[in-house]
Amino acid sequence: MQNRIDQLFAKKQHGVLNIYCTAGFPKLNDTLPVMTALQQHGADLIELGMPFSDPLADGPVIQDSSTKALQNGMSLHTLFTQLAGFRQTIHVPVILMGYFNPVLTYGVEAFCAKCAEVGIDGIIVPDLPMAEYESEYRTVFEKYNLHLIFLVTPETSEERIRKIDSLSKGFLYAVSSSSTTGKDKNMNDQQAYFERLKSLQLSNPVLIGFGIKDKATFDTASAYANGAIIGTAFIKAIEHSQDIDKTVETFISGIIQ
Amino acid sequence: MDIAINTGNSRYQVDKNGYYGRFGGAYIPEMLYPNVHELQTKYLDILSDPSFQQEFEALLKDYVGRPSPLYFAKRLSEKYKAKIYLKREDLNHTGAHKVNNTIGQILLAKRLGKTRIIAETGAGQHGVATATVCALMGLECVVYMGSIDIERQAPNVARMKMLGATVVPATSGSKTLKDATNEAIRDWINNPVDTHYILGTAAGPHPYPDMVARFQSVISEEIKKQLLEKTGSAHPDYVVACIGGGSNAAGAFFHYLDEEEVKLVAVEAGGKGVHSGFSAATTQLGTIGIIHASKTLLMQTSDGQIVEPHSISAGLDYPGIGPMHAHLYESGRAQFLDATDEEALAAGYELSLLEGIIPAMESAHALAKLKDLPLNTDDVVVVCLSGRGDKDLDTYIRNMKK
Repeated sequence: MQNRIDQLFAKKQHGVLNIYCTAGFPKLNDTLPVMTALQQHGADLIELGMPFSDPLADGPVIQDSSTKALQNGMSLHTLFTQLAGFRQTIHVPVILMGYFNPVLTYGVEAFCAKCAEVGIDGIIVPDLPMAEYESEYRTVFEKYNLHLIFLVTPETSEERIRKIDSLSKGFLYAVSSSSTTGKDKNMNDQQAYFERLKSLQLSNPVLIGFGIKDKATFDTASAYANGAIIGTAFIKAIEHSQDIDKTVETFISGIIQ
Repeated sequence: MDIAINTGNSRYQVDKNGYYGRFGGAYIPEMLYPNVHELQTKYLDILSDPSFQQEFEALLKDYVGRPSPLYFAKRLSEKYKAKIYLKREDLNHTGAHKVNNTIGQILLAKRLGKTRIIAETGAGQHGVATATVCALMGLECVVYMGSIDIERQAPNVARMKMLGATVVPATSGSKTLKDATNEAIRDWINNPVDTHYILGTAAGPHPYPDMVARFQSVISEEIKKQLLEKTGSAHPDYVVACIGGGSNAAGAFFHYLDEEEVKLVAVEAGGKGVHSGFSAATTQLGTIGIIHASKTLLMQTSDGQIVEPHSISAGLDYPGIGPMHAHLYESGRAQFLDATDEEALAAGYELSLLEGIIPAMESAHALAKLKDLPLNTDDVVVVCLSGRGDKDLDTYIRNMKK
């Protein structure tokens, strides 16, 4: 079967909305209700965070959601249990995002096999170096038809972007500024970088993330790339939600309508 | 006092990819790639530049007060029936070995054109050593410190502030050294152009473990010269050092790594006992994984979450060890022992009474294992006395009353 991420970008090249949520947050068993609501109300892609005790690339909001999820009892084993059978109802592509240590401890091949079994389409591991992926793990990820999605930043050289593009599958995750997640930086200052990315005519679609929080920032990002990723703003929205479905509906309608 | 540059093809030194055996590497997010890559490609050239070496050497001599003495501890030797020498890193400016590395890194940062310095600290010794060199060079300094450690180590917080540093509480996770390190790394991600991160221990992404070990290698370089003068041989039977991340042990072992007749002994913090649930004995409790961008041994749950260690000594209270040490452990080149909180306290009181030296709680862990080594009367033992105990007076006083 063709990877769902590739199917998505074959159909839709503009304004793709990817929403990040931390698994097991705000409550342990909210993982599937949140995913269901995201699909229902128009998210094109779901990025599910695997909580980690030491999330280096994340700002305070996603860190706190990760800590909360761990306190709720979330673990990789629990997550895979929750995800068993989710493909009966959820058809949008789903990506797992997390740090390398828990994956390494689970066992990289066992992790990939489990992802394929439950129906995961792609993986983001920000602290897995490109060279190590290429020499050690690429064949395993490809064996299970899992797309590894790499990050590029405004400081990444053209040569390195091209190398990353050649190793990435699915799409490239363009970090909008050199920062941890959830930092407010002026999007206008980043337009030169977005223009540069666009002019490279990369082989993968590009989604822009970090600092996307509302319709204005989503539209700006979408003008330069195939779409954008929203994380911190969504976590803030659902943190104290009494009605997940309603909260997700309100949040997404504020972005794409 | 040259920085070790040509270390040959030692099987215990870092390889060209930044690994020690299967440990090491740089597991960094792409946002850190330019900074870390710049260091990886430039650090050896900068360190081997004669003008850099001259400047480093002059500051170690006139500012830090090196060489630090190698002191024959007569009464301690009588007690343990061996020839025990103490390498007096406690007599350095700022009171510990940490300053050897901060002097080196601040000179490196200047050559890289950086104008802002960040650091992490646990007990505050590395924070003070970093604030000190920033004052010396007139550079902005921000030190991340766990909010729990800020409460535990008030005098060092005051020192850092007096030296002009901004101390930022790390309030994430367990609010101690591990989290301060996370916060420093996050700061670096957000300030990729003007900032240099002065990491304080022989851990973190390549090239930090190697760079810190090289700056600290002045310790074993001096031991060799001093021991030769005093005993006619540069080779002791044992070199003993405490290990948290492993910077003083890296420095004390460095020039002996390939001299296998010298036994290397690293002493970890056993806390309340290795299997008590309150320990920092990483080689006994740890498994392979990634901590602070390095593949090494670390204490973690079966789900790969990093756990909070315990030690009476804030400087050893770290859930990992540097990758060089993980390799020394796995290869059997160094022997790893652990000392409990109680053993370390007893050793601290003992050194004070026998030699008139109050050691840092960290260094007291190394001293605590003298009783467990199979020593002969002719054996020459060098213990790295990594720091002085002033900062630990509260701990010593509190436990004396018992």
